[in-house]
Amino acid sequence: MEKQLQRRGAEAVWINFYTIFRKEVSRIFRIWTQTILPPVITQSLYFVIFGGFVGSQIPDINGISYMAFIVPGLVMMAVITSAFQNVVGSFFGAKFQKNIDELLVSPTPNWVIIAGYVMGGVFRGILVGLIVYLVSAFFTHPQVYNFGIVLLFILLTAVLFSVGGLVNAIFARKFDDVQIIPTFVLTPLTYLGGVFYSIHRLPEFWQGVSRLNPVLYMIDGFRYGFFGFSDVPIIWSASMLIGLTVVMVAWANWLLWRGVGMKS
Amino acid sequence: MKALEIKNLVKQYTNGPLALKGVNLEIAQGDFFALLGANGAGKTTLINITTNLVNKTEGTVSVFGNDIDKSREEAKRVVGVVPQEFNFNIFETVLDIVCTYAGYFGVPRKEALNRAEEVLTKLELWSKKDAKSMQLSGGMKRRLMIARALMHNPKLLILDEPTAGVDVELRHGMWNYLRELNVSGTTILLTTHYLEEVEQMCRNVAIIKQGEIIKNDSVKGLLNNMESQNFLVVVNKLRDYESIREFKISTFDENTLEVQVMAGQSLSKLVTDLAKLEMEVIDLKPKNNRLEQLYLNILRS
Repeated sequence: MEKQLQRRGAEAVWINFYTIFRKEVSRIFRIWTQTILPPVITQSLYFVIFGGFVGSQIPDINGISYMAFIVPGLVMMAVITSAFQNVVGSFFGAKFQKNIDELLVSPTPNWVIIAGYVMGGVFRGILVGLIVYLVSAFFTHPQVYNFGIVLLFILLTAVLFSVGGLVNAIFARKFDDVQIIPTFVLTPLTYLGGVFYSIHRLPEFWQGVSRLNPVLYMIDGFRYGFFGFSDVPIIWSASMLIGLTVVMVAWANWLLWRGVGMKS
Repeated sequence: MKALEIKNLVKQYTNGPLALKGVNLEIAQGDFFALLGANGAGKTTLINITTNLVNKTEGTVSVFGNDIDKSREEAKRVVGVVPQEFNFNIFETVLDIVCTYAGYFGVPRKEALNRAEEVLTKLELWSKKDAKSMQLSGGMKRRLMIARALMHNPKLLILDEPTAGVDVELRHGMWNYLRELNVSGTTILLTTHYLEEVEQMCRNVAIIKQGEIIKNDSVKGLLNNMESQNFLVVVNKLRDYESIREFKISTFDENTLEVQVMAGQSLSKLVTDLAKLEMEVIDLKPKNNRLEQLYLNILRS
């Protein structure tokens, strides 16, 4: 009887993954007023205020209107925030209610737990990013220079920040802890990552400082996909993203294996 | 084959107590086994190590021959656990909770839905399948915990105080279901504070005290070793009983006697002796649950 119910090998892994992903997606839609609506409203306000009111006073950048220039940055900002918030909120919620034990007592491998939660974050990140991109059509004429690059950067960034959210949730002990990284790390890095400006407009010193910010490479690479120009060579940006993602996934896997924040 | 084999299990919590001090325990396949102990004795730690929720310090644990270190996934496949505290997602429906859990064990969604109907119907929860778990009563939540643990049809079911806070009628219903499960081949490890539950259902019992197993025997064997048992005897009219010297008797209330019956003594002899003194026995019952009395004696000793 037991053998008939439980699958083994690759089929079991797929069922494990699909179950986590399905649960994450249904959560996103169940509480869509918290998961989808707020970032869309926030980014729309950026379009109105920075793009419409302030942007009309700013000259074109490399022949691109300021409104069009900020579109990739604002999309990426929504992706980063949504992907991170989704995993940190969902995983910490499971820890808080102790239903993470359902996974810990099951034979679901750790890497599948990571993959399931991360893909949930990626789904929300890309969904919100897509809606923000569609909203931008009301303000400018969105264009895409290289769809492959756009897809690569949005996917890698969503994965990276989803894993980041997972690591944050693993360490978090109380609800305050899930707000520390978004407030004190993510927001400053995103705002200073070139969402609203090209770093070439900064003084030499601040350009150097900006290059230490990993978010710069994500936004810059993503922007390349839209307009075909970038502040940093595209290969550097992609390499940095891939490297960071590999390190974060390995870290998350190690934390789950050790049971950090979940097992005593 | 042993359903559960624990050897020299030690758990030292970081900056905390030595919760388990070299526990050895074996549970045979098909057994209905009780693990008794006071709060903080180490029952939940032992269960949590077996189910991968707590890291052990030393020792080995095997479930149906699968070492939890070397064959962790196989060991997990055969265990279903009902923890003490409600730990399902309160925002999800009953059906989602059980089917998601089944998915974690590699049960395809379609088969999980069929299994859910079977298990939830048995536990009288099918009509609540679309209700959010937060809307369920305490008893329903308890049953949901059991239903969830059974979704992958485990060979070993571990229940950590499953009937705590459950009303009498419901508790009896749950006992019947657990008995059925055991008869159908599921090995059951139960911790509970209701010793009546143990006496009625379990075949073997271990008592854990301060991280050590201090008694491990069959329930029958334990009860046979009882030196004495106190009974409450309700009589039609209380009279002088000083002449009965074979039993230790005291007055409990205006028409009830408390009688200590030693091992080997006959209750019918007591009834006859009382009748000779014109005291008709109207009711006779143990003062405490037998196992409870024994359990307290063992813990005190």
